[in-house]
Amino acid sequence: MTHIINLSRRDLLKAGAGVSALVLGMHAGLREFPVAQAAEGASFEPNVYLGIDETGLVTIVAHRSEMGTGIRTGLPMVLADELEADWSRVKVLQANGDPKYGDQNTDGSRSMRQFYQTMRVAGATARQMLEDAAALTWHVDPNECHARNHAVVHTPTGRQLPFGDLVKLAAGLPVPSDDHISLHFKSPQARRYVGKPVPIVDLHDIVRGQAKYGIDTVLPGMKYASIERCPVYGGKVRSFDSKAALAVPGVEQVVEVPATPAPSGFNPLGGIAVIANSTWAAQQGRLQLKIDWDFGANAGYDTTSYRKELEATAQKAGRVVRAEGDVDGALQSAAKRVSADYFVPHYSHAPMEVPAAAARVENSKCEVWAPSQNPQGARTTVADVLSLKESDVTIHTTLLGGAFGRKSKHDFIAEAAWLAQKIGAPVKVTWTREDDIQHDYFHAICAQHIEAGLDGNGAATAWLHRTVFPPIEATFQPSVTYGTAGELQQGFMDVPYAIANVRCENGPAQNHVRIGWYRSVFNVPHAFAVCSFADELAAAAGRDPVEYLRELIGPARIIDLRAIGVDYPNYGAPLDQYPIDTARLHGVLDLAVANSGWGEALPQRHGRGVAVHRSFLTYVAVVAHVAIGNDGQIAIPRIDMAVDCGLVVNPDRVRSQFEGAAIMAISNALYSNITAKDGRIEQSNFTDYDVARTDITPETHVHIVESSAPPAGVGEPGVPPTAPAICNAIFAATGKRIRALPIDPSELKST
Amino acid sequence: MPRISINGVAHDIDADPQMPLLWVIRDILGMTGTKFGCGVGACGACTVHIDGSATRSCMTALADVAGHEVTTIEGLSADGSHPVQQAWVAHNVPQCGYCQAGQIMQAADLMKQTPNPSEQQIIDAMSGNICRCGTYQRIRAAITAATDLHASTQSSSKAR
Ligand code: FES
Ligand code: FES
Repeated sequence: MTHIINLSRRDLLKAGAGVSALVLGMHAGLREFPVAQAAEGASFEPNVYLGIDETGLVTIVAHRSEMGTGIRTGLPMVLADELEADWSRVKVLQANGDPKYGDQNTDGSRSMRQFYQTMRVAGATARQMLEDAAALTWHVDPNECHARNHAVVHTPTGRQLPFGDLVKLAAGLPVPSDDHISLHFKSPQARRYVGKPVPIVDLHDIVRGQAKYGIDTVLPGMKYASIERCPVYGGKVRSFDSKAALAVPGVEQVVEVPATPAPSGFNPLGGIAVIANSTWAAQQGRLQLKIDWDFGANAGYDTTSYRKELEATAQKAGRVVRAEGDVDGALQSAAKRVSADYFVPHYSHAPMEVPAAAARVENSKCEVWAPSQNPQGARTTVADVLSLKESDVTIHTTLLGGAFGRKSKHDFIAEAAWLAQKIGAPVKVTWTREDDIQHDYFHAICAQHIEAGLDGNGAATAWLHRTVFPPIEATFQPSVTYGTAGELQQGFMDVPYAIANVRCENGPAQNHVRIGWYRSVFNVPHAFAVCSFADELAAAAGRDPVEYLRELIGPARIIDLRAIGVDYPNYGAPLDQYPIDTARLHGVLDLAVANSGWGEALPQRHGRGVAVHRSFLTYVAVVAHVAIGNDGQIAIPRIDMAVDCGLVVNPDRVRSQFEGAAIMAISNALYSNITAKDGRIEQSNFTDYDVARTDITPETHVHIVESSAPPAGVGEPGVPPTAPAICNAIFAATGKRIRALPIDPSELKST
Repeated sequence: MPRISINGVAHDIDADPQMPLLWVIRDILGMTGTKFGCGVGACGACTVHIDGSATRSCMTALADVAGHEVTTIEGLSADGSHPVQQAWVAHNVPQCGYCQAGQIMQAADLMKQTPNPSEQQIIDAMSGNICRCGTYQRIRAAITAATDLHASTQSSSKAR
């Protein structure tokens, strides 16, 4: 429950001199409802602020990080809508990292789900106080006063007062309680912005080169740093010679950053930092460093042999995370048995803005400017690494030039802060692209084995799925080798097929690099395997893939995994509001199929493939159309994506997230591949770590299901089903099954 | 000391003549619209115009631009009114926005060289620019629209 407090006299939004403002703070879980007077000097930890000043300017604090999803526009839209504010008079202010805002960890596609209601309450509360203020001014019944586009109107007489004129009075009024009796929300029909395509607030700055990202931070007297890190995870400096580096013009100092032993978590990896008067000089100095490394325990990491280990583990019984019926018996008595093994490599996030942060430490206080997905987490890590109190650390969240999970790890931010403290001057650390690709928190490499039994009609009677990957938890805790429920819920234990006998097992794997969450996380390998295997079953049964998939999903029902003893986290959301609803899987499947030309004739070596998947509480179906050249080259003329993410706040940003997800999934499917040899990552830059470019871009159609269900994830769910839809299309076009990514076009040559 | 002209303003730069123009612009002149993405000419984030042609500033040494006219995203238009910028706004192209300065500079060059580009010409011109967010669909649509806009303003000014 969200409670609201009137903060008008606390000067939190620093209105201009002489301008009074109505300022509301909200706090989740606070028991009392202080009125404005009581609020003065009261101590509480609000999680979001709305301010309106006497000029009518509405300031909304965006407390979640903007990495390209449009959340910095979307959440303020919800508030402004309930407030009846004129969007052109709304200013969005980015919050620093501070627990008073509540959860700021912008990951897991959950900002809208978690804060939609909070924003509505904030807007409705302020609107009602403005309406009450107008009623008092006119000596009329508040029920006759209605906010309309930045003014309150007395409906019987048509009199109006602009918001700005009401601020002073409203600021002294009691706050209506959030009990749905005192607080009235607008009807869906009256929505002004929610459900409409609203341009992002940073659009004009971006196209004029004025938007500021972390890498753009400039501080007075700032130095530039570039850090050479051990090529092997967990290694450290034995000795180093900085003479030649110091001779490079512009280089000022060379500093050893202490290594954090593995598992290094969010702490700096350590290494040798070159401090200079420009980024270029620091990078040039780095080239002259002579470092003798102790490579440590991971110096033998080799992804070719490691893959074989994972694949061998996937052949053996693992730890059971879901079990229904008698899988072994059903497999034995099956009319037909089908099995397949799948592999997905490490990926690197490679956001276009490399990790970069600037910091200043003065009088035992640290200020950081950084593109952080999780500014509160960054604050904790920085305070820890610098031995400062958290309250003495300020994290200014800049715009993020892409993130995809990379920037919820604070190692690069802690590096800047540590160096600023060490050298006693403001400093900006900018990673090179090589640093980024070689020292990432990599997407987990993953091997899977699936077996199914089919009856005489081709219907599936048994499903055995094993997944093996180095878990993310191993980046933080020593000796973790099994996945957590949070990892295994992602397209694995939640397989939504109507099969009587199901067993899902997880095998152990040791990590040798930092593993981290990467857009859609374990849904990427799991959806690839599950959605590909569904297509394999359709082929084994001699059926149309869409028809077969419909039967596999089975009747419309709610799947209650907890009722069958599965430790299913449901992305942290309540199951009553966000159940696994197969009717919605059917809904998106039907929508994608209906719009994609499924079943219509195609030229030779063209094919369509389908996949449907629920992740981050959102249902997505993809139909991909591919065309395979005789030389094996892949073209993707068209992709249709159907999306049911519940209530849609900004349809244009939902579309753009799915368009972008299609591109990222194409990178995963066709191009990207991180390999290691002798503990070192073999790729270094976009020259050898390939990502999708405009030439492979499909005509992308995003079909959105109209829904009043609670809002669900948008940023990630488009990725998982896209790669298997492409692979299934390749099978339709060529008869070749893709079971390992990235796809090798040489295997698709016509013979 | 190399003298370079950026967006019509002359600067005498006291730096290593081998320093890439990208870092001159960003670190010495403090203009941050031009972005670093790879440093090896593989992503296009750093694209500027040199004497009107799209060039990767990360691969261009300071010494090589002395006496030439450099235009960055900040100088493409005074107010964001370049047809490419307008088309970008109309199509809501950016997601995170980081790659977009480079994309816009590249597209502006394409429009100048090839006022009515074919689909393949757009692909060829834009394939050096990476957008990790995946805005390619909209970039292509925006370029097509911008060339139409450009063509129509040109024909209407001709009619006058
Ligand atoms: S930074 Fe110049 S092309 Fe990538
Ligand atoms: S918009 Fe984010 S990289 Fe292009």
